[in-house]
Amino acid sequence: MDLDLSPDQKLFVEATRDFIDKTMPLTAVRELAKRDQGFERSWWDRGAELGWAALLIPEESGGGSVSGEGLLDLAVLAEELGRTVAPAPLLATNTVIAGLLAATDGPDHSAELEQLAAGELIGTWAVYEPGSGFTPLSPGLTANRKGETYVLDGVKDRVEVADQADLLLVTATTDEGPTQFLVPAATDGVTVTPTWSLDLVRRFGEVRFDGVEVGVDAVVGRPGAAADAVERQLQVAVVLQTAETVGAIFRVFEFTVQWAFDRYTFGRPLASYQALKHRFADMKTWAEGSAAISLAAARAVQAGSPEAATLVSSAKSYVGAKAPQIVQDCVQMHGGIGVTWEHDLHLYLRRVTVNRAMYGTPEEHRRRIADLISAEKEIA
Amino acid sequence: MSQATAAPVTTGPDGMETVESFRLRARAWLAENMPRLPEATDDVAPEGDDDAAWVRARELQRTLWDGGFAGICYPKQYGGLGLSEAHQHAFTEESLPYEMPLLLNVPTLSICAPVILDMGTEEQKLEHLPKVLRGDEVLVQFLSEPSGGSDLAGLITRADRDGDVFRINGAKTWSTSAYAADFGLCLTRTDATVPKHRGLTMFLIPTKAPGITMRRITQVNGSTEFCEEFFDDLVVPASSVVGEVNGGWTVGSRQLFHERTAVGGGSPYVSGQGARSAGTAKLDLAELARETGQGDDPRVKELVGEAYAQEKVQEALIGRIVSAVEKGQFPGPSASIIRLFHAETDQQHVDYEVAIAGSAAVTGPAGQRSAGYAGQHYLMRQGASLGGGSTEMARNIISERILGMPREHAADRDVPFNEVKRGR
Repeated sequence: MDLDLSPDQKLFVEATRDFIDKTMPLTAVRELAKRDQGFERSWWDRGAELGWAALLIPEESGGGSVSGEGLLDLAVLAEELGRTVAPAPLLATNTVIAGLLAATDGPDHSAELEQLAAGELIGTWAVYEPGSGFTPLSPGLTANRKGETYVLDGVKDRVEVADQADLLLVTATTDEGPTQFLVPAATDGVTVTPTWSLDLVRRFGEVRFDGVEVGVDAVVGRPGAAADAVERQLQVAVVLQTAETVGAIFRVFEFTVQWAFDRYTFGRPLASYQALKHRFADMKTWAEGSAAISLAAARAVQAGSPEAATLVSSAKSYVGAKAPQIVQDCVQMHGGIGVTWEHDLHLYLRRVTVNRAMYGTPEEHRRRIADLISAEKEIA
Repeated sequence: MSQATAAPVTTGPDGMETVESFRLRARAWLAENMPRLPEATDDVAPEGDDDAAWVRARELQRTLWDGGFAGICYPKQYGGLGLSEAHQHAFTEESLPYEMPLLLNVPTLSICAPVILDMGTEEQKLEHLPKVLRGDEVLVQFLSEPSGGSDLAGLITRADRDGDVFRINGAKTWSTSAYAADFGLCLTRTDATVPKHRGLTMFLIPTKAPGITMRRITQVNGSTEFCEEFFDDLVVPASSVVGEVNGGWTVGSRQLFHERTAVGGGSPYVSGQGARSAGTAKLDLAELARETGQGDDPRVKELVGEAYAQEKVQEALIGRIVSAVEKGQFPGPSASIIRLFHAETDQQHVDYEVAIAGSAAVTGPAGQRSAGYAGQHYLMRQGASLGGGSTEMARNIISERILGMPREHAADRDVPFNEVKRGR
């Protein structure tokens, strides 16, 4: 909900909206809900042709942005996808891309980058582990050096698009400290098991690593020095996630306001009742606040601002918590129809609830903010 | 006059000084001329009660004026600098470590003077604005009345024409720091035979004239910042009308716009930023958590982080709304969004102060530094959703004038004011 999009970005939004309207209306999302996989590869291929996995990548490496600020373009795109709760590994793949681009002081991964950008490969960040919250820098999964290889042992869960991902960006512990590996999902010893998901089309899975051997060239960046790339991945993931959530709540709010005008009770529209008007005013205020902080965070990450970390977590703290509240209120405004399968509201409620939970809950990000500001104080 | 010594002026292609050049000049000048903020004191005097603080604020404003940094967004012909909001924002950021005339921000610089600028006659602007920017004149709003606050247009203070003058009779209340002010914008009824919005007139009146009796209102936290005034045949010349006779609602609406923007934190007309005194400054929740031995408690950290995030959202939201209104992307009433958000943010913060301070918010050794403020702040918690127009009114405005929902039924619509039912 950037109010100051460039002319090129506006064209990009129109083209995206047009493509989504034609290929992924809500009826198509409902169809996909019945399938084993949350989306079709051919659809992602078309998205990739439109540049959906290329925006973060510099032109000389086979990418290209719309505005020169690829993350902002990507956030605009995420917002559009949020408006129709579309599937797509947009966040998953671009988070991997961001990690690869942030750690260029290690083995060369430019071939994989190119394939990700072209949509030939889908990537995802394997970061969560069973029984733990979002603690990216203290993985239990181990990678032990053995000659020119590393042997990975452990389990990752809540891995987005695990069933369709070709490349896993795995955050692991080595003797040198936290280290990331780029592991093809087809590697021997990697077992992917789909898990259930609240979202109908955004699927997750568990990935087991049983003595998985990868070459030292699978390391991303330098061994033991994953912290900066992990922070970058976290920031990009949360920026795309909050942008998508903002797209979802603006759409829900639009059709709920329309409903309030159209629905009559006691001979007057719902929109004429002060008790309801005031709730709409609150929702409008929260939605604008969500749009504002989500954009502020995206801009800070794009600019590499020192405030990026706290702004990203502020965005997650606020949007993550407020979005489900807005959608629940919109369910209330709809009445009983709002809790039926037939109505589209639940598609949105599912998505914003998943987005609340993943890549750190609002509560986890609030604790992170408290740690970040106390660390700042110690330095100062 | 003490001009900044080193920093040179660089202008942009539009002939205006660049923001960066202005910032550097301001930084150098502030360091040389403005006093650094004193460390927090144990003094718990409520804000604005101290006459010395007003003398001080006027002096500080005068220092800004002499240094060429007063009225950054005010036009040059009225004593301002004629610069942009970006310049003002840069100056505010630079000014944070210094003692600034914050008492003058609301309502003088951010509400009353902008109304004179937007709606006053050329004479009124030339007469008052330079004095305001010099710190010689403090302004106040005479809007609310004892008979009602939200229904502003239903006010009953009358101004009757008597030859070349008007005679004002009635009462006003909730006028912030009126006792320290020199002039007030006073909205009155000049015609009771027409519907309420059409019979109002705004006057700019002296506050210390015969015919005005002022009383200070004591609030629950002990502050006597607000006043009420009784007008008993106050005589003012016709030249003190702001806008048109019976056109007062237009002026008042503009005033409310500036008020919502100021209360929301989006006014470009202020000098510096922050609470008006130590007693009302928000407590640093992280500090409070440490002070009370809860720095590592995860649940307390969540409150600290959530309140921090809320403030970041507020900053981003003010930027978004102010810019969108300025560019015409959003309608003017959108200022009510930041007004409403301000109340939410403030009240969440106070709630968390009380939650973290625990029993230290209600009892403790005399002169205890920060935790003791939490309880005091809590007593005034609702001030954030009352002052500057209630949040109920803000919600009406957002739903009706932004979302286009049907307006509330008003029994006085299109009814001559003298036929409208009133309470006793």
